[in-house]
Amino acid sequence: MPTVRVIVTLKPGVLDAPGQAIHKGLAALGHAGVRAVRAGRYFEIELDGTERLDDRVRDMCEGFLANTLIEQYRYDIV
Amino acid sequence: MNIGIVVFPGSNCDADTYHAVRDVLGHHGQYVWHEERSLAGLDAVILPGGFSYGDYLRAGAIATTSPAVRALKPYVAGGGLVLGICNGFQTLLEAGLLPGAMQPNLSGQFRCEFVHLRTERADTPFTCGLKPGDVLRIPIAHAEGRYLIGPAGRPALAAYRQVVFRYCSAHGDVTPAVNPNGSEDAIAGVASPSGAVLGLMPHPERASDELVGGTDGARIFSSLATWIATGRRVSMRPVEVH
Repeated sequence: MPTVRVIVTLKPGVLDAPGQAIHKGLAALGHAGVRAVRAGRYFEIELDGTERLDDRVRDMCEGFLANTLIEQYRYDIV
Repeated sequence: MNIGIVVFPGSNCDADTYHAVRDVLGHHGQYVWHEERSLAGLDAVILPGGFSYGDYLRAGAIATTSPAVRALKPYVAGGGLVLGICNGFQTLLEAGLLPGAMQPNLSGQFRCEFVHLRTERADTPFTCGLKPGDVLRIPIAHAEGRYLIGPAGRPALAAYRQVVFRYCSAHGDVTPAVNPNGSEDAIAGVASPSGAVLGLMPHPERASDELVGGTDGARIFSSLATWIATGRRVSMRPVEVH
C-alpha cells in the first residue's frame, strides 16, 4: 500500500514569518552562512489502493492540506 | 432573536460571546455543539474566538470539517446570517465562505490590545446601526490576523464592497502606523457580497460592557438585533459597484 509524502510551503513571495524567526534563531546560535530558511509542513499519508492516486492526493492537498491562496505543495509516493 | 454560538474543542470566547448576547444585551442565545448538523431555527450563528482543534494544520482549518461549519453553506443559502470573530473569521476564510487567507502578524507578535476600526459599510446586518466612517474601539487578540486577498481576489472584493472594517486611528485615519498586523489594505473585517456573512479579527464581545473598558462592540450585536427585529433581509443577488 502506498505512502504519500506531502510537503507544504508558502508560495515564493509570501512572507514566511516562521522561516524568518528560525533563520534568526540559527544566526543567534552562531550558525554562519545561512542565506534563508523556509518553513513548511510535512505529512505522511498511508493509503489503501493505488487507484486514481494522483487525483486523490491533489484533492487532499488543494482542498485541505494546503491553502492554495498562499501555499504550494509537492508530494512523492513511496 | 435567537443566536447560536458554535462551540468547538478549543473555543475560548464562546462564554464571553454568550454573556454579551444574553446577559448584557438581553437577547436569546444558545450554545451549538460543533457536531450539530442542523442550524434551523437560528436567526444568526456566531463562530467565536479561540483555537479550534488547537489550530492544527492552519488556524480554523480543522474546524471547517465539523458538521456545524459544513451546515453553514446551506444555512447561508437559505438566508441565514453568520458572524465569525477572530478564530471564527479564520474558519470562514478556510471554509471558503469569505475570500482571502490569514498569515502571521507582520510583527511576529501575538497582539492583544485595543484598536480602532473605521466602518466602511453600514448596510450589512451587523453594521446597520452604524454610519460609514464611524470609528469603533474594540480589542484584538491574535497572532495570525494579517489578512491577505492578493491580486486575483482584490477586484471582486472592491466590486462587491466586501471590506466592512479597516484598522484606523482614533480619528478614523487609515495609516500603516495603526495597522496592528500588517493586513493588506488595513482590512480588519470582510463580508460576503450580500453582507449575510461577516468575519472580523477584533472581538466585539470583549467591548460590550463598561465593566471591561468599552461598549463599542455592543453596537455590532445591537445592529444584528435591529436587523432581525425589523425583518430585514439581505439581497440574494448583490450588485457590483464600479
